[in-house]
Amino acid sequence: MTPPALQVRGLACERGRRRLFEGVDFALSEGEALWLAGGNGSGKTSLLRLLAGLGLPAAGEVLWRGRPVRELREDFHRQLLYCGHAAGIKDDLAAWENLCCSAALSGHRISRTQAEGALELAGLAGLAALPSHALSQGQRRRVSLARLYLEPLPTLLLLDEPFTALDARGVLELAGRIAVHLDNGGIAVYTTHQAHGLRPQNQQLLDLDALAGEAA
Amino acid sequence: MIAPLGWTIRRDLLLACRRSADALGSLAFFAIACSLFPLGVGPEPAALRGMAPGVLWVAALLSATLSLPRLFSADHADGTLEQMLLASEPLVLIVAGKAVAHWLVSGLPLVLLSPLLALQFGLDAQALAVLVASLLLGTPILSLVGAVVAALSLGARGSGILVALLALPLYVPVLVFGAGSVDAMGVGGGVAAHLLLLGAGLGFALALAPWAAAAALRIALE
Repeated sequence: MTPPALQVRGLACERGRRRLFEGVDFALSEGEALWLAGGNGSGKTSLLRLLAGLGLPAAGEVLWRGRPVRELREDFHRQLLYCGHAAGIKDDLAAWENLCCSAALSGHRISRTQAEGALELAGLAGLAALPSHALSQGQRRRVSLARLYLEPLPTLLLLDEPFTALDARGVLELAGRIAVHLDNGGIAVYTTHQAHGLRPQNQQLLDLDALAGEAA
Repeated sequence: MIAPLGWTIRRDLLLACRRSADALGSLAFFAIACSLFPLGVGPEPAALRGMAPGVLWVAALLSATLSLPRLFSADHADGTLEQMLLASEPLVLIVAGKAVAHWLVSGLPLVLLSPLLALQFGLDAQALAVLVASLLLGTPILSLVGAVVAALSLGARGSGILVALLALPLYVPVLVFGAGSVDAMGVGGGVAAHLLLLGAGLGFALALAPWAAAAALRIALE
């Protein structure tokens, strides 16, 4: 039997000597999604950063196809799209330039036309040439999410509060995009406080508050 | 392999062009700091000629540290740095690209401006050529070593002054051999040795600094 694509065993995280969570176990295979729930400060973002290999866990390990993510580094990064709390948008660059920079970081050289196409799909038609400091919060979020509309999309999506600042239609469109990705054999892990249209059949729920309650 | 280096440099140069006041500011600081010395110590030609290399080099060190704190902190604040750590290209190349771009924006203009400023001090053509050569070899070291310091102090409170306090002592060897190369002309024969040592320092920094800075960035973001 092949191991699940993303496997987490006994993961614990500490922030400033306070244990945020411990004993996090789950496994995700192709086509599955995980919804991280929990109150403010329960460690959702920290957990996502551990999954991406950015943070060092206090205990436990994160495995991608059976190997630790912090050892795989670039080989893992090629199959990962991480959308963090900060949008990673440069104010001085136009929307399409920002998208080209993000694509270059994931190893793809895209043309201006390709970038504009992706921005249009992300709901920013006609705004591609605008400098990013002229965009609203929701529009900036859309620029950072436009990476989801670039091909090829990496297998694993780690999305930190992707629905924040999006309007109702944006939420629906994004939920649709994630659903298509899951149908194509992708994996998604997301945190959100919002009740949304995202109800894939194979969605697992990890409630960090409940986990902390059990431990206490 | 070399592609991430190229586009990191292009991206940072584009950003610097959009925000040209920063680059022009540190260049103006260099010009003003150098011009203050003749006013302060008096117009004695021999004295000015003697201290010219030292003055230009110290001003170059100070102006290089001016722009260092921003090298990674801007990318850290808007989340770009996280994306760089998760890039599918080696982080070392991205960091090297950022250091090269920093030199192109803050080091190279300073080298190009230095002959003009050296004229104020009455340096002759030969001494001027040695000074420019030493700056050309030395200022990239400032950017490379500065990148390590900027990465190490990332996330610390009041990191601006911390970067200067950490970087300036590390710049001392560059200052000694850089300013010393022009002085060595009077003694005779030592110029090549000084420039070769600077070149060796540059090679050393090129080989090691990007690795050290990349490792420091990973630790800073943990």
